[in-house]
Amino acid sequence: MRDVAIVAFAQTAHRRRTDELSEVDLLMPVLHEVLGATGLKANEIGFTCSGSADYLAGRAFSFTMALDGVGAHPPISESHVEMDGAWALYEAWVKIQTGEADTALVYSYGKSSPGRVRDVLTRQLDPYYLAPLWPDSVALAALQAQALIDAGATDEGALAAVAARNRTAAAGNPHAQLAGDVPAGDYLVHPLRTGDCPPIGDGAAAVVLAAGDTARALCARPAWIRGIDHRIEAHGLGVRDLTDSPSARLAAERAGAFERPVDTAELHAPFTSQEVVLRQALRLGDDVRVNPSGGALAANPVMAAGLIRLGEAAARIHRGESDRALAHATSGPCLQQNLVAVLEGESAHA
Amino acid sequence: MSDVLSAPLVVEFPFTRSLGPVQSAFLTGLRERTVLGVRTEDGTVLVPPVEYDPVTANEIRDLVEVAPTGTVTTWAWNPAPRRDQPLGTPFAWVLVRLDGAATALLHVLDAPGPDAVRAGMRVRIRWAATRTGAITDIACFEPYDGEPDDSEPAPHTGEFTDPVTGIVTPARLDYVHTPGRAQSAYLTALEDHRMVGERCPACRKVYVPPRGACPTCGVATAEQVEVGPRGTVTTFCIVNIKAKNLDIEVPYVYAHIALDGADLALHGRIAGIPYDQVRMGLRVEPVWAGAGQGSRHPDHYRPTGEPDADYDTYKELV
Repeated sequence: MRDVAIVAFAQTAHRRRTDELSEVDLLMPVLHEVLGATGLKANEIGFTCSGSADYLAGRAFSFTMALDGVGAHPPISESHVEMDGAWALYEAWVKIQTGEADTALVYSYGKSSPGRVRDVLTRQLDPYYLAPLWPDSVALAALQAQALIDAGATDEGALAAVAARNRTAAAGNPHAQLAGDVPAGDYLVHPLRTGDCPPIGDGAAAVVLAAGDTARALCARPAWIRGIDHRIEAHGLGVRDLTDSPSARLAAERAGAFERPVDTAELHAPFTSQEVVLRQALRLGDDVRVNPSGGALAANPVMAAGLIRLGEAAARIHRGESDRALAHATSGPCLQQNLVAVLEGESAHA
Repeated sequence: MSDVLSAPLVVEFPFTRSLGPVQSAFLTGLRERTVLGVRTEDGTVLVPPVEYDPVTANEIRDLVEVAPTGTVTTWAWNPAPRRDQPLGTPFAWVLVRLDGAATALLHVLDAPGPDAVRAGMRVRIRWAATRTGAITDIACFEPYDGEPDDSEPAPHTGEFTDPVTGIVTPARLDYVHTPGRAQSAYLTALEDHRMVGERCPACRKVYVPPRGACPTCGVATAEQVEVGPRGTVTTFCIVNIKAKNLDIEVPYVYAHIALDGADLALHGRIAGIPYDQVRMGLRVEPVWAGAGQGSRHPDHYRPTGEPDADYDTYKELV
């Protein structure tokens, strides 16, 4: 296995709407920022991979327009996943492992403002048994929250405390859309109140990956990816135990998360109840700093929020604020798919 | 007022899907008020049924009939139904384990309020008056006070007369599309029958229509440049198939046109000249769509009568 690190990370200020910006307008500043941080030029990048979803824009192949922002001519080596950028990062990591590239640019973006994202996300569900009922993303999360409450794993007060802790942390994050004292609000779908749900917004993020000595040359303290894995479980909610996340646990185990304690965890938990599930599945004790960025409850640009978790965890290592961090991304209803990476600073590995 | 344009955008598809043998039996069964599950190799009954064992991935076809009554395993109260959801009045989303099944089905429960719903409550299917072979043949669940039926589900052939082999699922999503600054400026200029591109600050090329970025340099473009109205045909094709809902006689010519001052050819239809006389290098100008036809774009381009452009002047744009 090659040593691969995240050497740069950038994200937009996430906002409720960005009507004046096309996708490429939204994306270009973060692309320039990560390239600027490493000193790399676009044509020096070995592989480029992006994540997004056409259904957010309501236009086929919308990601091809965003490619203008990376300088795709003369021809570059490029790929795209119709998923969160965390999975694009995984593909880029594999590409570097094959030896075909030493550096990779990974980016993702999502504008939720053009449509109604709760309805849009119903279109990723099983088209035979689920999608015709239009169960929206909040409804599905609420089923999981109620299952947790019935199991005695949490209650509405504890969920509100999760929201408050994340949004208090987000006060120190200049990119956050929602920070500080946010009211619990009315029930959106019982038992979830507006405060338990993520803000809807637009945003983009980018990271640069590099292997071995290239990473050391590009970054004073690279965030080495010591392990990365992603797992999926059944699509049908009725065959799963919604109070647990065996796929997150298995991904963490395969990524080596349980070999030594982590000091920081960036969890992609758009709903407060999902943090309850993940803390337990990932065995995160109270000594682990969870979501110092504020997490997805502070900013949830769909398709970028998972990549941002990897970027935030890496940035803490870059700044020397963490030695070993867990980064998590999710996709699908009720934590159906989960990706876990373990990131370390150089000194922690010595 | 913002100078960024916006417009409603509706994406609507009647998704047409074929069904495998198990899904066909299940959905046809719903039409006949019969709920079928599938038994896995270890004896677990899955409802709704799937075609492959989720543990072993082996094909499974062992259908059984389960009861139209069941128990709520978890729920969520929806105080504000959204368009297309099964009930128009506040309802509970529920996972229901039907009597005889080991797994739960997602659907909705008609109940007076959240206080009337709990995990463990007994419910039964309320059938839709008109059933077509779809998950919505179950109109909803409703409270039911009968005890669970513990009997073993009976085997079922899955055979029905006139089985449903496919479903059509309409899906509509509503958006408000905003094309951003660069394309808004382009579209606004078209109203005055002008075409505006943007110049890359690095390579100096002029892109039309502008998208706000130079795809070669990967940098933002902002400097507006008026291009055309005349241009040169760089390449073309002859279309012989009439498009549905398009009132243009075939054959016609569809061409790439490099407007004067632009470094990227855009495309348009050529008219005002017999189709077999169109050629590379032909000089053309736009003919704007008339009132009521949407005057925001050229309807087509026609010859200017100028001598053909020299190949060297447009060879980089072919």
